[in-house]
Amino acid sequence: MSATLSETTQASFVRHPIRLTLNGQARELQVLPWTTLLDLLREQLDLVGSKKGCDHGQCGACTVLRDGKRINACLTLAVMCDGAELTTIEGLASADQLHPMQQAFIKHDAFQCGYCTPGQICSAVGLANEGRAQTKGQISELMSGNLCRCGAYNNIRDAIEEALPLCQQQGGDQ
Amino acid sequence: MNPFHYSKPDTVQAAVDLSSPVSRFIAGGTNLLDLMKENLTRPEHLIDITGLPLADLSETPSGGVMIGALVSNADLAWHPWIQRRYPLLSQAILAGASPQLRNMASTGGNLLQRTRCYYFYDANVPCNKRRPGSGCPARDGLNRMHAIFGASDQCVATHPSDMCVALAALEAVVHVVGRGGARTIEFADFHRLPGDAPERDNQLADDELITAIELPAAGFAEHSHYLKIRDRASYAFALVSVAAALELDGPVIRQARLALGGVAHKPWRDRAVESWLSGQTVSRETFTAAADALLQSAEPLEHNGFKVRLARRAVVRALSDAALVGGQA
Repeated sequence: MSATLSETTQASFVRHPIRLTLNGQARELQVLPWTTLLDLLREQLDLVGSKKGCDHGQCGACTVLRDGKRINACLTLAVMCDGAELTTIEGLASADQLHPMQQAFIKHDAFQCGYCTPGQICSAVGLANEGRAQTKGQISELMSGNLCRCGAYNNIRDAIEEALPLCQQQGGDQ
Repeated sequence: MNPFHYSKPDTVQAAVDLSSPVSRFIAGGTNLLDLMKENLTRPEHLIDITGLPLADLSETPSGGVMIGALVSNADLAWHPWIQRRYPLLSQAILAGASPQLRNMASTGGNLLQRTRCYYFYDANVPCNKRRPGSGCPARDGLNRMHAIFGASDQCVATHPSDMCVALAALEAVVHVVGRGGARTIEFADFHRLPGDAPERDNQLADDELITAIELPAAGFAEHSHYLKIRDRASYAFALVSVAAALELDGPVIRQARLALGGVAHKPWRDRAVESWLSGQTVSRETFTAAADALLQSAEPLEHNGFKVRLARRAVVRALSDAALVGGQA
């Protein structure tokens, strides 16, 4: 804690109550204002699928869906997610069936080390929800926020290309 | 990131009343939280403005569009009004950042993002923008990404936004509210050149909040083009970008707007070149002459001399593409 903080600030280090729907479950939590959504997921809720790659919004490994839209959890304050519906990689599959995007990633071997994969898949589901990519070129451009240092891009793109219509048929509610 | 106090007001007035020299407004947070993680900014109080009623687009009485400050970059870029009437703005927004960041970042926040100068981002070195009077290691250091126009002895940083380059060309108006009331700022006056106060990026006072960006009726939808040149095909800041907008009467240019990104502390316009273009005939010679005139005042540093030639060619190409959009010339 910094010595330069005013007394008012120091006195106000309270946890703020937030309500989330997280992977379909209603949650009531108490968070400190400076806790990022990524740290909340990984450190407090044991949802370690979302990865901390760069922690600066440059790599996309932390990508999750907020109200169906893909965002960088590392640059999002948990306290600002009050009322949101969040989906992480852990929430994509139904009880006994993988999400079509997950199945397509396996089919196309769309990963090597796997570290970027949860973010790639969540981002790809967000891409499907947006409905703005049809061609390979558009998929590449609209997936540019997710880096893969193993360079599995061709297979990632093939997987997404195959799964996009399936995701859109599903209603794109995730 | 340092600890801070958090509040979420539900009216613009309440937000402005809460503001202080040690507070910051937060909306998308994509740049602010990044700066806070690097300890480059240490606000004691974040005022969350995402509950304010500033998330809509509406048509103005003069035929333009008023964009609420909280409209996300993605929603703005894909909005049918913007795509149809202001394609230059749509192209510029989609040329910047990543889909995730565009979903988060707000219209108002885009104007307020800080430079990505490596020295500004490294808390261990001096920087006049971060610590006034401490010096500028970029001027004689690694300055490949830096300004070729309008820099000062104290700062050679560039403004990183793509959206702002289009807004400059479109002559948008920034609406702000502060304790003293509401005012409007012409886009050309909003951002500053560094001069001897590089710590100030723009004309906004501490207690002022951007509430909307107003687009005038003229969207140059028939003949405009945003060209961005960068080190990789996507998701990188501009080395040079050009927003070109033309109003044509057959092959004759009635009006021209040109704004450059990646070359100055603010979107760079040269009114003399724009005036010269009006009345000229669309041709490669015309556009080359305009580019030559514009680049005449460039002052490259040791490592960014390439930007002069790059910008010259980018201006010619952007103007040519703008002229060709409607199938003319």
